[in-house]
Amino acid sequence: MNGERLRRTMLFVPGNNPGMIADAHIYGSDAVMFDLEDSVSMGEKDAARMLVYNALKTIDYGKVEIVVRVNPLSTPYGRDDIFAMVAAGCPVIRMPKTECAQDVIDTEKCIEEAEKTAGVEIGTTKILTAVESALGITNAYSIATASSRIIGIALGAEDYCANLKTTRSQEGTELFYARSAIVVAARAAGIDALDTVYSNVNDTEGLIEQTKLIKQLGFDGKSIINPRQIAPINEVFRPTDKDIEKALRIIKAAEEAEKRGSGVVSLDGKMVDKPVVMRAQRVITVARAMNIIGEEV
Amino acid sequence: MINAVKREIPESLFEKTGLKPYVPGENEKLLPRSTETFAERSKNNNKITSFEEAVKAVGLKDGMTISFHHHFRDGEHVVNYVLGKLAEMGYKNLSVAASSLTNVHEPMIEHIKNGVVTHIETSGLRGKLANAISHGLMDDPVIFRSHGGRAAAIAEGDLHIDVAFLGASSCDPYGNANGYTAGGEETGACGSLGYARVDAEYADKVIILTNNIVAFPNVPCAIPAKQVDYIVEVESVGDPAKISSGATRFTKNPHDLLIAQTAADVIEASGYFYDGFSMQTGSGGASLAVTRFLRDKMIAKDIKCGFALGGITAQITSMHEEGLVKRILDVQTFDSVAAESVKNNEFHHQIDAVSYASPYDKGSAQNQLDVVILSALEIDVDFNVNVLLGSDGVIRGAIGGHPDTAAGAALTIITAPLMRGRLPTVMKKVNTVITPGWDVDVLVTDHGIAVNPARPEIEERLRGAGLPVTTIEALQQEAERLSGVPDDLPFGDKVVAVVTYRDGSVIDVIKNIKD
Repeated sequence: MNGERLRRTMLFVPGNNPGMIADAHIYGSDAVMFDLEDSVSMGEKDAARMLVYNALKTIDYGKVEIVVRVNPLSTPYGRDDIFAMVAAGCPVIRMPKTECAQDVIDTEKCIEEAEKTAGVEIGTTKILTAVESALGITNAYSIATASSRIIGIALGAEDYCANLKTTRSQEGTELFYARSAIVVAARAAGIDALDTVYSNVNDTEGLIEQTKLIKQLGFDGKSIINPRQIAPINEVFRPTDKDIEKALRIIKAAEEAEKRGSGVVSLDGKMVDKPVVMRAQRVITVARAMNIIGEEV
Repeated sequence: MINAVKREIPESLFEKTGLKPYVPGENEKLLPRSTETFAERSKNNNKITSFEEAVKAVGLKDGMTISFHHHFRDGEHVVNYVLGKLAEMGYKNLSVAASSLTNVHEPMIEHIKNGVVTHIETSGLRGKLANAISHGLMDDPVIFRSHGGRAAAIAEGDLHIDVAFLGASSCDPYGNANGYTAGGEETGACGSLGYARVDAEYADKVIILTNNIVAFPNVPCAIPAKQVDYIVEVESVGDPAKISSGATRFTKNPHDLLIAQTAADVIEASGYFYDGFSMQTGSGGASLAVTRFLRDKMIAKDIKCGFALGGITAQITSMHEEGLVKRILDVQTFDSVAAESVKNNEFHHQIDAVSYASPYDKGSAQNQLDVVILSALEIDVDFNVNVLLGSDGVIRGAIGGHPDTAAGAALTIITAPLMRGRLPTVMKKVNTVITPGWDVDVLVTDHGIAVNPARPEIEERLRGAGLPVTTIEALQQEAERLSGVPDDLPFGDKVVAVVTYRDGSVIDVIKNIKD
């Protein structure tokens, strides 16, 4: 969790599909990720870039966080992608296949150039990194801390498994280390940890099981590939009434402590640590997003 | 005087009352006694005859009005058969009053060109026939009526039917006819004959066409023998596989699912979701999905539906069978599973179109609705709805029970995507008004909900439930921002169709479209 923004569901939308781009935001995912990389064929790279550029300039996506996955800088498209997206006001660039800190530094440099060119305030554009290889996992912490623009680190499981010389399983045994490594790196860096996609969109039960697992591991959310995956994931992240009630009491105690000018928050005679207050704040944010409680607390 | 059975009857009685003495054999209408077995009588002395004989016997003449039902929807075979035969027999200048016409009625184009058919009354038109009529095929404008409006017009005598040609899935030798075969082998069921029952009751003459003559008594039946003049055996009256024109499976389309989920949330929060509530939902992916989402809410809150009305789907009948919907009132059956249900479930009841949607009867079922979910091809900022005319100016739909149930229900919800392809669904002015905006309460789109300002209490409840309520103007502007402003359609000056409201008054006209 990075500040107030939720990233339970980050919906991938192919950058070459005008119909899907026009209303990707209506389904209620926390973020929309327009993809210029894997879902766009070589022949359509320019067209997709142009399409997403114009969509960002034209369509009001409201409160949904907008992310664009660009092509790697090592390809002929990466630099043009970044320049176009920054010029369009894209708030978050998702880097594909991040192997090491230098990849992030190169990307940041390119973004900074693009920001200068477009007249965008330097530092406005954030970065979401994605590791998809054994090397990336090994370098997870140095990647996560390579730029102050980074808001999160995501796992790309398909390439990672191929790299690991294994295959994907239903239980996800092969991903256990990578997932834990990412959560630990993200927490150490103070950014979000985001899980890979669940690709069988018709298997809601499997999606729920996997989401329960990654929630327990500590992830903030997942990439998704179909709007139908939003509701089941949100349901897994739904706080219980008891959680909410407790969180409300903690927040109230914290506000009272602040009014008193005291740094010590206490509830029912016990001291409440700062991380507990932060966790309570997160419960409230999720509860509000799910309409379980109103805006006024 | 002494009568035939040797009883003394005072003569003065006949002068005083106008009654006549009993004289055996004098009244020719009185059927003679038969000593044949029941089986022999069914075989030898019935109403079954050839098509040509039946037509002659009922006295069909040029210029008369003949009627049809559309319970087989896209699998309907009777209209084309009958018109083909009548054309061969040399009939001209006929007026066709069908409950609706579908994609299969393209052969009517030739009959119109040849002067066999010169006038049409219907709920809907589709396909090539609709296209030809939209381009000015007919001199006389088509009269569009809603299902309730048609039923009322027939019952009140405003729409007089000379001869009804009604297809039936089963019929006994005397005319007890039905949309399925109770207790016998099914040879093609369409389920309820709700629209046809009005024709049978009020037409001067009724000819049943059937592919399945069954033993007397064919009960239960939709059309009783007393209303039937002749029966014609034909190879087929319809293809039951084509009854369901919309999707019958639960949709996976994210747009439809989003709209359906929101519509179910709207119903839940509206104040009309209580134990015993009544509802009507349509066919098609989005409507089926609304019903499924509503089912989950009914189970969660232990709420049962008192009755479900309308075109009935497998979704509704399965909820009936699991005890969530207590009774079903079925004017038209939308799929084969529902057709099976109307046959087997005691409280799945077929009703005629007057009982369904008469605008004049407080007791008609549509006037008992809490909630109706309806669709729209176009809806404007005054909540006027068009379900008839396509965005290209060509007729491609049916009024159906849209204005009837919109007016009858306490809460009328329209579900529609904000855009279809590149075209806006929510617009400043619809091209044709079918249902006036004051009968519409809530619009549910994939981009948010708009509540008619006439229902502030509904808006308050939806907002209170945290639902994404905006204004219809905001939705219209959003659609326009995405699509731009479509060019005006190139209409000509010829009125090709008249849209009537439920009482037969003219609510709009449709002009010819130029290419």
